[in-house]
Amino acid sequence: MGEKRNKTHLHCTVNGKERDNFVPDNMLLVDYLREDLDLTGTKIGCDGGECGCCTVLIGGAPQHACLRLAATCQELDIETIESLSDASRLSALQRGFHEKLGAQCGFCTPGMIMAAEGLLRQNPNPSEEQIRQGLASNICRCTGYIKIIESVQFAIGELKLAGNAT
Amino acid sequence: MEYMPNFQLHRPETPEEAIKLLNEQPEAKLVAGGTDMIVNVRRGIEQPKNLIDLSSINQLKEITESNDGLRIGAGVTLNKVATTALIKKGYPAVAEAASSVAGGTHQQYGTLGGNLCLDTRCLFYNQSEWWRQSNDYCMKERGDVCHVAPGGKRCFAAFSGDVAPAMLVYTAEVELLSSRGIRRIPLAEMYQNDGMNHLTLAPDELVSAVHLPRTLNGTPSRYEKVRIRGSIDFPLAGAAVRLKMNCGKVEDISIALTGVNPFPQIIKGTDEYIGKALNDEGLDILRDSVRKQAKPMKTTTVAPWYRRRVIGALARKLIKELAA
Ligand SMILES: Cc1cc2nc3c(=O)[nH]c(=O)nc-3n(C[C@H](O)[C@H](O)[C@H](O)COP(=O)(O)OP(=O)(O)OC[C@H]3O[C@@H](n4cnc5c(N)ncnc54)[C@H](O)[C@@H]3O)c2cc1C
Ligand code: SF4
Ligand code: FES
Ligand code: FES
Repeated sequence: MGEKRNKTHLHCTVNGKERDNFVPDNMLLVDYLREDLDLTGTKIGCDGGECGCCTVLIGGAPQHACLRLAATCQELDIETIESLSDASRLSALQRGFHEKLGAQCGFCTPGMIMAAEGLLRQNPNPSEEQIRQGLASNICRCTGYIKIIESVQFAIGELKLAGNAT
Repeated sequence: MEYMPNFQLHRPETPEEAIKLLNEQPEAKLVAGGTDMIVNVRRGIEQPKNLIDLSSINQLKEITESNDGLRIGAGVTLNKVATTALIKKGYPAVAEAASSVAGGTHQQYGTLGGNLCLDTRCLFYNQSEWWRQSNDYCMKERGDVCHVAPGGKRCFAAFSGDVAPAMLVYTAEVELLSSRGIRRIPLAEMYQNDGMNHLTLAPDELVSAVHLPRTLNGTPSRYEKVRIRGSIDFPLAGAAVRLKMNCGKVEDISIALTGVNPFPQIIKGTDEYIGKALNDEGLDILRDSVRKQAKPMKTTTVAPWYRRRVIGALARKLIKELAA
């Protein structure tokens, strides 16, 4: 059974927590997150790069965790869906998906939210067209996308209100 | 756990280290953004024993301007190609093509080098292991027959990168690095008409940069493609056009295609239009000449006759827009 797998010492930050692990060279980031760190919010929905369910932020920019080898994440900052809520308080985007029914079966939701999170950090006030572009790499089987766009727009409104309050 | 073949990963930090590794491991494969290579590894299409990851080579990520023109490193992301003002202004089709690759997330880490060296694609090839196995594989990978042209000895898998045709209309050159040094060749010479082996790169060579000539900086151009889904999809057919008009007459014109041949293709014979006005008749002749030279085969779910018709119409539309 099985050849011995080459391993690399991986030092990175996941959701603000420093990690030190030995990961096989051929391990995908999505497997590292789900299997080694038990962060199962990140989903696997296809056999490579097509669905966006595995979207996480690396250095603040959205990437597919299913097309990234874990061992190439040396010294990088990775954020997954689990990082968004603050002491069980949902983030504006999470509230948006809840309020505006942006999630039906919910399988695409973590990836959608992380792609939207990456978009809003770069551009806090995107137009509908820019939201569509920002979420173009994410596929949803259920909602028909309209509700997802409304969810993101809800979050933009909430974030503006919060910004005005402080 | 997703299936992954076993391999050793190498992470060079300079182009020289990468070249050294390529010399030590001639069978090794390169990976940059991984948006094509890792998909193929996951599907068992590529089974490298050694994988050389170029993502930590900062030298490959630079964009520099010189008297010569613009030099864009192979490791520059598509997002950066699409949004850099120098490229958007000077070579608009290049930026437009980069912004049409896959979806926004892919563009964040997919690279220019990976896009130019993208493997050719076919309905019978870009499939999961079990799919290909139940079809007895095909000539391009493990099998004996071509399902597109059974009986033939050639593979027609289509080159489907978006950026190459936009680079070709600007007569871009590529810088190739190996232990023998650097050589610079026209991008067009990096390709050949063979779906199984479409790149003319030596096994120990890598692309380090692309050069866009200063002389063509600012000439108007467009890139557009036809695809099944508007959000993410490879081109069923794509066209880049660069056109400079002078007093209603063509001063310079170049057309290049993707998705309709195993290599990105420059349309021949466009020089005949230099000095002429582009009326409807001229546009129709150009359209027909594009249709004649494009050779789409049954490598996508969409029929070749449609791709041939649409590529002509697309090129005509772009020429007309640019001439207006
Ligand atoms: C869902 C999906 C949709 C896509 N849609 C499109 C599309 O519409 N248009 C399109 O053009 N592409 C598309 N792609 C393919 C891919 O995302 C892009 O072509 C991307 O630019 C590839 O770059 P990369 O850095 O990720 O390449 P990689 O996957 O890292 O490499 C691709 C190939 O290039 C070789 N390579 C990489 N860098 C070098 C170098 N410096 N020198 C020599 N060889 C090198 C690798 O060995 C490999 O064979 C899509 C991919 C997915 C998953
Ligand atoms: S054109 Fe033929 S040989 Fe080439 S990938 Fe398709 S089926 Fe395989
Ligand atoms: S799992 Fe589908 S894109 Fe990553
Ligand atoms: S909510 Fe079901 S896939 Fe999007």
